Amino acid sequence: MSINPDQAIKFSPMHRLQWEEAQQKDVILYPEGMVELNQSSAEILKLCDGSRKPDQIIADLEQKFATTGLTNDITAFLEVALKNGWIQQN
Amino acid sequence: MAGSNKTSITPPRWLLAELTYACPLQCPYCSNPIDYANYQSELDTEDWKRVLTEARKMGAVQLGFSGGEPLTRKDLPELVKHAKNLGYYSNLITSGYGLTEEKIVELKEAGLDHIQVSIQASSQELNDHIAGTTSFRHKKEVAHLVKKHGYPMVLCVVIHRENIHQMPEILAMAEELGADYLELANTQYYGWAHANRDLLLPTKEQFEQAEQIAQAFKEKVAGKMKIYYVVPDFHEDRPKACMNGWGTTFLTIAPDGVALPCHSARDLPGLDCPNVKDYSIDQIWHESKAFNFFRGYEWMKEPCSSCDEKEKDFGGCRCQAYLLTGDMYAADPVCSKSPNHSVIQEAIDSAKASALSDHEKPLIFRNSKNSRRLS
Repeated sequence: MSINPDQAIKFSPMHRLQWEEAQQKDVILYPEGMVELNQSSAEILKLCDGSRKPDQIIADLEQKFATTGLTNDITAFLEVALKNGWIQQN
Repeated sequence: MAGSNKTSITPPRWLLAELTYACPLQCPYCSNPIDYANYQSELDTEDWKRVLTEARKMGAVQLGFSGGEPLTRKDLPELVKHAKNLGYYSNLITSGYGLTEEKIVELKEAGLDHIQVSIQASSQELNDHIAGTTSFRHKKEVAHLVKKHGYPMVLCVVIHRENIHQMPEILAMAEELGADYLELANTQYYGWAHANRDLLLPTKEQFEQAEQIAQAFKEKVAGKMKIYYVVPDFHEDRPKACMNGWGTTFLTIAPDGVALPCHSARDLPGLDCPNVKDYSIDQIWHESKAFNFFRGYEWMKEPCSSCDEKEKDFGGCRCQAYLLTGDMYAADPVCSKSPNHSVIQEAIDSAKASALSDHEKPLIFRNSKNSRRLS
């Protein structure tokens, strides 16, 4: 299972992405579990809304942070997210 | 007492709300205290709402509605709704007994995030025997309804000597029911399970065989079903990092309002566990004797205090140390470095002897009559 570059990515309906005020962090919540996210991971996941393909996610983030060369880092994280079931395609 | 400095205290992230000790099932490994029948009073709805509000403000985000059987509380939908408004991720930990489709829909609308259904075995006969109640068919029906209404479905099976041989059938049942998560919880020997240990503790060979089958299944269903495997610590040589460290992450509130650093802690002597009717959650978490008791490392004795693994497992479980050695400051005897480690092998040998004996004593089922008799 790996990321298909031609398909939009959406966040899994079986998980919840949420800002935690007390921890000053975004977290992923699921049955009896929680993953604390760093800022860059959270930024990537917030764009997984079912409307963007991987290329668009990368382009949007490079634009937002006025930088280039994020492709490898973002792709690697998306693979991890897919493997963990946090995101889906189709 | 640890007396760790206040600035190092992390906020609670997990709140276990044990709404009631009432339960229609009689599982002989129940994690409720043996003397649960002595605690008749239950917090009212307003107290629970205040507890949820205060804990959420401090940072608690995972919320378990547990018991007993939480469905016996008529105000469950109201509490779920309150939890939803506060931003909790709420988990209902249920036997499924008495859970109707109407209730499943009502709880979904109230904002419940997930339902964990326990099944005692893969066959009706054994399930109903262990549960002490006819419940198998209904539980399977509930599991289907949980899926139908869009909840992530967690199937929980507590593993012990009576059902460990059913591991292949248990896994097949989880697949057939479409579980998103399967919790294979090897029995932890506290409370009722401690009293029934000779009858419940499997042999090392049984564990290893079951674990191998579960491991192969885990690989087969990767990407479809997640397996939580609660390790059988009697067959390990290092203790579990119990509760992720005392007073660091977990907060349990018992039905009568007593706040506990872990759900067995009310059995430890001299902790003076505070009640939420008398103190705020903030006071309880930061200032109470009970929550500070085993925080940090200063309370430790040898071999823990000089151990290079103490930051990994915190000396193991305090309740297990107390139950098996009589000293709650001792190293968890599961640890091979513990001077009391032989008690574990003795327990394993005793269980094996019991299994081979011609007249094995019967299981003590968890019910009010037995609770009063034993306490």
